[in-house]
Amino acid sequence: MGRKEDNIAKAKDLMDKLNRIRNIGIAAHIDHGKTTFSDNLLAGCGMMSEELAGKQLVLDYEGQEQDRGITINTASASMVHTFEGKDYLINLLDTPGHVDFGGDVTRAMRAVDGCIVLVCAVEGAMPQTETVIRQAIREKVKPVLFINKVDRLINELKVTPEEMQQRFIKIISKYNDLLSKIVPEELKDKWAVKVEEGTVAFGSAYYNWAISASYMKKTGLSFKDIFEYCKNNDQKTLAKKSPIHEVVLDMVIYHLPSPAEAQKYRIPHIWRGDRESNLGKSMIECKENGPLALMVTKIIIDPHAGEIAIGRMYSGKIERGQEVYVIGMPNKNRVQQVNVMVAIDRIPVEYVSAGNIVAVTGIKDAIAGSTVTDDPEAEPFERIVHVSEPVVTVAVEAKSMKDLPKLIEVLRSISKADPSIQVSINQETGENLVSGMGELHLEITEYRIRNDHKLDIVCSEPIVVYRESIAKKSPQKFEGKSPNKHNRFYITVEPLPGNIVKALHDNEIPQNVKKYKNEAMKTLQELGLSKEEAKGVFAVHGMNMFADMTKGIQYLFETRELLKEAFVEVMKSGPTANEPCQGIFVKLVDAKLHEDAIHRGPAQVIPAARNAIYGSMTISEPTLLEPMQKVFISTPQELMGDASRELNQRRAEVKDMITEGDSINIDSKAPIAEMFGFASAIRSATGGRVLWNTENLGFEPIPKHLQDEVVKQIRERKGLKPEPNPASHYMD
Amino acid sequence: MSKGKLIFIGLGLYDEKDISLKGLEEIKHCDRVFAEFYTAKLVGTNLDKIEKIIGKKITVLSREETEKGDKILNSGEKENVAFLTCGDSMTATTHVDLRMRAIKLGVETRVIHGSSIVTAVSGLLGLQNYKFGRTTTLAYPEGDYFPTSPYEVIRDNKKIGLHTLVLLDIQADKNRYMTANDGINLLLQMGEKTKKNILNKDSIICVVARAGSDKPLVVAGTIKDLIGRDFGSPLHTIVVPGRLHFMEVEALEILAQLPAQQGKKIQKL
Repeated sequence: MGRKEDNIAKAKDLMDKLNRIRNIGIAAHIDHGKTTFSDNLLAGCGMMSEELAGKQLVLDYEGQEQDRGITINTASASMVHTFEGKDYLINLLDTPGHVDFGGDVTRAMRAVDGCIVLVCAVEGAMPQTETVIRQAIREKVKPVLFINKVDRLINELKVTPEEMQQRFIKIISKYNDLLSKIVPEELKDKWAVKVEEGTVAFGSAYYNWAISASYMKKTGLSFKDIFEYCKNNDQKTLAKKSPIHEVVLDMVIYHLPSPAEAQKYRIPHIWRGDRESNLGKSMIECKENGPLALMVTKIIIDPHAGEIAIGRMYSGKIERGQEVYVIGMPNKNRVQQVNVMVAIDRIPVEYVSAGNIVAVTGIKDAIAGSTVTDDPEAEPFERIVHVSEPVVTVAVEAKSMKDLPKLIEVLRSISKADPSIQVSINQETGENLVSGMGELHLEITEYRIRNDHKLDIVCSEPIVVYRESIAKKSPQKFEGKSPNKHNRFYITVEPLPGNIVKALHDNEIPQNVKKYKNEAMKTLQELGLSKEEAKGVFAVHGMNMFADMTKGIQYLFETRELLKEAFVEVMKSGPTANEPCQGIFVKLVDAKLHEDAIHRGPAQVIPAARNAIYGSMTISEPTLLEPMQKVFISTPQELMGDASRELNQRRAEVKDMITEGDSINIDSKAPIAEMFGFASAIRSATGGRVLWNTENLGFEPIPKHLQDEVVKQIRERKGLKPEPNPASHYMD
Repeated sequence: MSKGKLIFIGLGLYDEKDISLKGLEEIKHCDRVFAEFYTAKLVGTNLDKIEKIIGKKITVLSREETEKGDKILNSGEKENVAFLTCGDSMTATTHVDLRMRAIKLGVETRVIHGSSIVTAVSGLLGLQNYKFGRTTTLAYPEGDYFPTSPYEVIRDNKKIGLHTLVLLDIQADKNRYMTANDGINLLLQMGEKTKKNILNKDSIICVVARAGSDKPLVVAGTIKDLIGRDFGSPLHTIVVPGRLHFMEVEALEILAQLPAQQGKKIQKL
C-alpha cells in the first residue's frame, strides 16, 4: 500500500473519533499564497509528491484556475497527521482570495470550525484580510494566524533580524486589532493570537518550512537560525528541520477546536431551532446516532458524476441509498454515493458521520446553502449571508436560437453551483441576465458556459445593478385604491435607520418575522424602534421592512398575505427604475375594506397596496443607489501621477495616501460603474508595475446631477418610458 | 348634462329568456351594448343566443375593463348605452360604483331589474326572506391566502338565529366555478383553522344548484349526507340555516327533501 492509500485507510478509521477531527479553512487576501500553502500540507501528509508541492497547485484543479493563477472554487481535501503519538484527521477547505469569489469563502466558513488566516509578510494585512476575519467570526469559526513569504522579507527586502521581528509584531498587532473590533466580547482574549502561545506561525509556503513558538521549543531552532538559513540560501535544510505541515498541523490540532467542542457553541449561532429538541441536542453533542443534519456549502458539477454536494455533517450519518429531504423541497432524494475528498480524488465510503466534511451525489434538489435531513419538517440552518451582493450584470444570449432551451438549463445549473451568481430568465422578452460579484466573476462564468457546457454564447457589455431608496419620510399618507374601488390602503414610507439596515444585511433579524415574532421584536426594539413599530413589523424583504400600524380594523388580518405579496413585489422592483429597493420602512397606517371576502381577494388587495407603496415612495424623494468599490493601489512613486489620473477619470474619491519606502499606497473609493476596464487601463498606463485590488463596499446614493440621466438610461434599456411615473399615476 | 344614457339591465338567473320585456325594449333604443360575465354567469345560454334575442352585437368586458369603467363611461357620455349583467345589476357593488361615476359625469342612468339569486335561493328553499343575515362569499384559497371571515359571518348570523346565504367563488377567466362540495369542505377547514365549532358533520345545510333553470336542484340535509353528493353542473349556492320556523322546517321537508327524522329533531331543539 502506498502512503496515500495508507492515509485513506487511516482517514476512514478516524471519521467517527470526534476529538481526532479538525475541520479547517484557509483564507487570505489574494496572492498571499493559500493554494501553495494547502498543497504543502497535503504533500507533507503524503497525499501528493513533495517535489511538486507548491508548484503543482493541486487544489486549483480547474483549467481556468491554473491559467489565471488564482483559485476560483473552494476545493476540499482530507489528510491524516500524527500529533503526540496520535493520528488526527484534518479536513481542509481552500478558498478563493479574489474578492469576486467572496461568496465561496462565506459558504466554506459554514462547514469548518477553525481557520488559518494567511498574511503575506511583505504586504501585511490587506483589506481582504479584514474581510476574511469577519467572515470567520460571523460563523463563529476560530482563526489562527500564519505569516507567509518570510523568505521574501529576508532575501528580497533584505531586512535585518530586528526589522523582521518588528514587521512580525506590526502584522500581529494589526491582526489582533482587526479581530478585536469584530469578535464578541467573551472571545476577545481567547481568540487573540499570541506568539508565545503558539497561535501564530511564520514561514514560507513556497519553500515548505514554517516555525512557531511551540515548535522552536521542541526543536531548539530560533528566529536567528531561520534568518541564517534563508540568507544562506539553504531553505531546503530548513524544510527538513521544520517542515511546514508539521508546524501548521500541530498548531491546528492543538489550538483549533474539534467538531465536538465547536458544535456546542456554533449550533446555537447557526441554527435557530429548539436546542432542547432531539435534533438540537444531537447537533450540539455532535452525535453519530442522531437525526441527520447536513449543511450543503458547495455544489460542484462533475462531468461524470454530475452534481456533487459538498457539506458539513452536523448530526447523524449519511449513507449510500438513504432517502433524505432537502428542506423546502417537496420530494425525497436518494443518496447515491458518499465520498470523502482527497484533493481531486473522491474516495467512496459506506457512510460519513457527524463532524465530518462529505461529498454526496444524488441529492439533486440541494443547492449551496441547503439543509439536508431525514425529517422534512426540521428547522433549516440559518441562511448563509455573504457580505456583498451581486453588483454587475451581463445579458447572455445563445449564438444560435436553437440552443435557447439548453442555455436556460445551463444558466440554472450554474446558479445552483454558485449561489453568488444570480440568474434572471425572462421567458417573455427572452432576455437572460446573469449577475455576479464583479467583472472577473462574470468572465469566469462566461468561460464556464463556453468551455464546460460547450455552449456558444454572446454576452453584452457588463452593467452595474442599482438599488432604489428614498431620502425622506413621506410628507403625508398615500391612498391606494383597489380596482373595484371598494378597498383603500393608506401607506407611508420612511428611510430605515442605518443600524437596522445593517442588522438586516447581517441577518441579525430573522427574515421570517412571523415565525420568530418575539425574537424579531426584541432585536428591533434594541435597535431603536418603538414598541408599536417593532410589534407591527410583519414582513421583511431584503433590507426593507413592512409594519402594520393600524389598530382594530376588521378583516385586515385576512389581507396580510396579500399585502406582503404587494410589498415584496415593490421591493423587488422599485418605482424609479424597476431596480430592487433597499433601506425602506413601509408602514400601513389605515385601511378601509369591503364587507365580503370575495371583494378583497388577491386581484383587489395586491394592486391597491402596490399602488399605495409606489405612490408614497414617489412623494418621498426617490433616490438611486449605485454599487461602490474600495480601490487600493500600491504604486512606485514615479508612477503616482499615472495611477491617480486613472482614478480621477473614474469619479474616484481618494481617502488616504501613505508613503511606504519608495512606493505609495492609495486608498480610494469609486463607483463600480466607472471601474469597468480598469484592469487593462491601469496596466497599460503604468506598464503593469502597479499593484491594486478592490473590495465591494455596498451601495451609495448616486450624485444628484447624474441621477436623472442614469434613471433614463436604465429605463430605456428596460424598454420603459424614459421618465418614472408621477405620483398621480398611483392614485387611481 | 351629456347627451348619452347608461342603462343597467339585469339578465336574470339562468338563460337568455330571463331578461324582462322592459329590458328587451330598452336595448332596442340603445346605440351600444356592453356586458360582463365575471361576477356571475348565465349557465343555460351563451353569447350568441343572447345576441340573437336582443338583436344586437354585445361587447363583453373583462373584470379589469369593467372596474376601470372608461369604455362604458366614455360611450355613455355620447350615446345610449346598455350594460347587461347577470342577476340583478346592483347586487354587485362594482356596478353601484360605476353608476355613481356616471352620474358624476352627468350621464343619465337607469336600472332595469332582473331576478336575483338572493331571492331565488330563499324562495326555492321556502326559507323566509326576513330571516337572512349578512351574505358572504367563499373565495378560492391561494397559497397562504385563505380568508376565514365567512365563517365569522355565519357565526354572527347564527347567534341571532339568522340564515346565511353563502355564495361561491366564480373565476370565469379560468372557467372555474366552485361547487357546493368544495364550499362545504372549505367551511369545515375554516372551522378547524379558527378552532370555532360552528358547523360539524351533523349540521344541517342547504344547497341550491342551477336556480332559474327548469329543474333546479334544491336539497337540505346534514353535511355528512350532502358532502359527497353530486349536485350537477354549476352554479351552486349554499345556505346555512339559523333558527328555523316550523313553516320553514316543513318547507325544507317538502321542497328540499329534508328527511322527516331530521326535521323532527330540529323541531325539538
